[in-house]
Amino acid sequence: MTAPPRRSWPPSLVAGGVLTLLVVAVALLSLVWTPHEPERVRVLARLRPPGPGHWLGTDHFGRDVLSMLMAGARHSLAVAAAAVAVGLAVGVPLGLAAAARPGWGDEAVARGADLLFAFPAVLTAILLTALLGPGALNAVLAIGAFNAAVLARVTRGAARQVWRREFVRAALALGRGPGGATLVHVLPNVAGVIVVQATILFAVAILNEAALSYLGLGVQPPAPSWGRMLGDAQTHLFTSPLQAVFPGAAIAVAVLGLNLLGDGLRDLLDPRHGAARVT
Amino acid sequence: MTAFLVRRLLSLAFTAWLATVAVFVVLEVVPGDPALLMLGTEARPDTLEALRAQLGLDRPAPVRYAEWIGGLLTGDLGVSVTYNRPVAELVAERLVITVPLALGALALSTLLALPLGLFAASRHGRAGDWAVMAFGQLGIAVPGFWFAILLILVFAVELGWLPAGGFPGWSAGAGPALTALLLPAVALAVPEAAILARVTRAAVLDTLREDYVRTARAKGLGRRAVLGRHVLPNALVPVVTILGLQFAFLVGGAVVVENVFQLPGLGRLVYQAVGQRDLVVVRDVVVLLALFVVAVNLLVDAAHAAIDPRPRGAA
Amino acid sequence: MAGWNGGVRAAVLVAAWAAAALTAALPGAAAAEARRDLVVGMQLEPPHLDPTAGAAGAIDEVVYANLFEPLLRIDSDGGLVYALAEEWGVSDDGLSYTFRLRPGARFHDGTAADSADVKFSLDRARAADSVNAQKGYFATIDRVETPDPLTVVVHLTRPDGLFLFHMAQGDAVIVAPESAATNKQKPVGTGPFRFARWVAGDRVELERNPDYDGPAPALDRVTFRFIADPAAQVASLMAGDVDTFPQFNTFEALDRFRNDQRFRVKTGSGEGETLMAINNARPPFDDVRVRRALAHAIDRAAVIEAVTAGIAPPIGSHFAPHRAGYVDLTGLYPYDPDRARALLAEAGHPGGFSATLKLPPPIYARRSGELIAAMLADVGVRVSVENTEWAPWLERVFRAGDYDLTVIAHTEPLDIDIYGRPDYYFGYRSARFDALMAELETTRDEGHRNALYGDAQRVIAEDAVNAFLFQLPIVTVEKAGLEGTWQNRPLQANDITGVRWRN
Repeated sequence: MTAPPRRSWPPSLVAGGVLTLLVVAVALLSLVWTPHEPERVRVLARLRPPGPGHWLGTDHFGRDVLSMLMAGARHSLAVAAAAVAVGLAVGVPLGLAAAARPGWGDEAVARGADLLFAFPAVLTAILLTALLGPGALNAVLAIGAFNAAVLARVTRGAARQVWRREFVRAALALGRGPGGATLVHVLPNVAGVIVVQATILFAVAILNEAALSYLGLGVQPPAPSWGRMLGDAQTHLFTSPLQAVFPGAAIAVAVLGLNLLGDGLRDLLDPRHGAARVT
Repeated sequence: MTAFLVRRLLSLAFTAWLATVAVFVVLEVVPGDPALLMLGTEARPDTLEALRAQLGLDRPAPVRYAEWIGGLLTGDLGVSVTYNRPVAELVAERLVITVPLALGALALSTLLALPLGLFAASRHGRAGDWAVMAFGQLGIAVPGFWFAILLILVFAVELGWLPAGGFPGWSAGAGPALTALLLPAVALAVPEAAILARVTRAAVLDTLREDYVRTARAKGLGRRAVLGRHVLPNALVPVVTILGLQFAFLVGGAVVVENVFQLPGLGRLVYQAVGQRDLVVVRDVVVLLALFVVAVNLLVDAAHAAIDPRPRGAA
Repeated sequence: MAGWNGGVRAAVLVAAWAAAALTAALPGAAAAEARRDLVVGMQLEPPHLDPTAGAAGAIDEVVYANLFEPLLRIDSDGGLVYALAEEWGVSDDGLSYTFRLRPGARFHDGTAADSADVKFSLDRARAADSVNAQKGYFATIDRVETPDPLTVVVHLTRPDGLFLFHMAQGDAVIVAPESAATNKQKPVGTGPFRFARWVAGDRVELERNPDYDGPAPALDRVTFRFIADPAAQVASLMAGDVDTFPQFNTFEALDRFRNDQRFRVKTGSGEGETLMAINNARPPFDDVRVRRALAHAIDRAAVIEAVTAGIAPPIGSHFAPHRAGYVDLTGLYPYDPDRARALLAEAGHPGGFSATLKLPPPIYARRSGELIAAMLADVGVRVSVENTEWAPWLERVFRAGDYDLTVIAHTEPLDIDIYGRPDYYFGYRSARFDALMAELETTRDEGHRNALYGDAQRVIAEDAVNAFLFQLPIVTVEKAGLEGTWQNRPLQANDITGVRWRN
């Protein structure tokens, strides 16, 4: 396989990067400025249509929807980021260890991942939050468990391929222990795969957080959350349908951006993809 | 092949056993007393005791686990705490909704995705490709429950063509029953189709790059013939893999979609059972679902081995 | 190429499927005469259909008065009317009640409903192994006698002012020994409708009982459909799938239905005193000044406006405004954040404090709770909200009393006595209140009883036991042209025996 001489930035990377930066920027901005206080209740101004004063209207308690969306970005990103961090912290070491020491430990990691994959992710999350009680922290754990399984499996697969390569065997022969070889040779070579997978899991985590919050199991009020805004708006679907459109669109934009970013990163890091031409 | 199957079957059994332990332990620690839930706030302590004894909740956990596993192995799923009926009966009633729903969604998504994926690959880099890719990205990014809500708003409320939810039962005739399943099937199918279209496109593009395809082209075989004879059979391998995985997603997605459309399927049964602390139903259905997913994965692996036209061991 | 053929076949199948579905969806020819069927929307599916073995209100909502009959039943105004009994009398000492049964009454399986069945039903409800959710209703029964097949005499151990009222509840319906064990799945009662089928998770269907000995109902078939999701409830009405939705609680959508000629909205009074319960046993809530501060901090009018579209009657104590004996105490703690802050400071919490607010699933609880959290934050009480399901709510909050604050509607009628129960989850003890309850128990004079009820309301309001919010409104949304559905809801039931379509 010959690498192309020069590669330009993949378009999906650019588009995804811009969308993701936009969402992150809005989330950061909400820390210092929102048009209104997002948790400020004004019952008499409830369910206002979009207009001057409230660019996206108000919700059923008279809260400013734009401000809530901005603050909601922060909460959605925070939960998703934490869930990915949990996945990375648990899944990557497990995957690396499993690949470094084939045997029952390896088998246990593989079976453990199989076990988690055997349950539909939504169901796992519902069961876990039923066990732990609803809340942001528990949503992080429920989504993080799924992420850990995915990352463990992906890391293990990629690391095993690296272990088969000559230079790693040579390093082992030269007296490096499996731990050292993992840190020096394996981890840098699987980092790309992990970054791509983590980006896509970030997007999935946002969708899962939205689903949990929609069911009332995620971020708890009064902190605004996209999923709960959608759940709340659903009861006003026939009077204020736009209320259901805005948070749904916000979720879609964030997920779209992250997915494009993940695809772009993969194109960048794995030249086999995206370089194809139909003859 | 036999050794492969035996190994996979053993692994399946092991995973299934782990699943039963995991489910049982989780449900043991979940707070919530089904007897209190059934009898409500005015129940007296002695009435609660009587009901708990009647439900068999007063015996130690290991005994109940052993009984459960023993029952599972002999095909006895136990009796639902809230419905007071055999779980097997409840599951059978729900399966006649969830299985047609999942199959319909699978058929719809395949029919939508395969042509779209092929079309996009054949227009690689051009407008058609971009359109399909955009659909693929959007389909994945849009929350499924949101899409379902929008479908209800348009087709049930504004246009009035289809019911907003519920299920009249197959005994009401195939027409009304299928009508009730149409919107949910579409809601489930479109996001899956988005994923599948992307996979199909990528698989076709990958295959087009393989040497034998170039050779076939070079030998002067027509574009269509190459696609049909060489590209498609090879591209089907990853597509079938994803189809198998999607079945698990369809089951998970069914939990949400059945709730949005108020369909009394398996997903809704288990969701409600979690809320009602009908632990007998929850553990049975969750383990059955897990078994089903694992079995589908096994089938996919077997199909994989069967349809992969490349020589064995080349992977 | 096999894949392609398969695909084509599947495409044809799906096309046929879609065509069949669309054809079936086309509306049939308009009926010339009045409809004789009805689809009733309900929030929750009953777990089973035996009202003598479960507290779920959804059971009564299907079977009460329609399928099962008690001796007496409660009508839409809350009064007692005859059901299986056509006559009753009470002895002068109030210790024995005599009921005369309808001579033609039969169970749906054809067997006669006689005094032996009544004795069986009452004895079963109070037996040692009874699983009746309201076993307390039968606690004063000493023995049941059956002098002849149509006469039942119930002897009490002490006078019980609520005995007849209790005997008219769903928990006291009359069942037959032959079918009592199977009523959960295949209920057999004496009512004008009998069980037809149950599509689990979706609907229960009843059909007219042709052998009913009373006046025949105007409907041949009644379907109860279970739609838990508020948005789906609105959608099912808008799409015409449901004819009437009693206990409709997506109040925000009411304006939409009010302005639509196809629908009629009926508002009535219900028994649900909605309140923010306070754990009186746990500091800092054991200080009455803190509880009064909470009451002052809540803008009750705003809660009612936001949660119930302004239609719910406010309450200032634990008593339904439509009942005799009601005292208006809503002015006791006017909305006054400054006063609330001052009271908190006086109680030693000048900077406020933190607390949790546990919210059970109903939409009124979740919405009120979220709003109250914002209001309490305004006076310095930092509330973290925790949504819970029913099962953990019942176990942790209701039974174990492990909570700070929660929002709940108490829907049992005339249940102010709960404030006198030891170990009740409010954690409230008051000798004054207990004395009032003791006196009430032995008082039968209506005027005196109402005066006692008034005093009881004042005591708990002055102690600010809970923050009293509103009486949960009873709203029915239904198609125009339907007659005879209940406007008020003296008990949780959908009595459709008098419902008809106008044509």
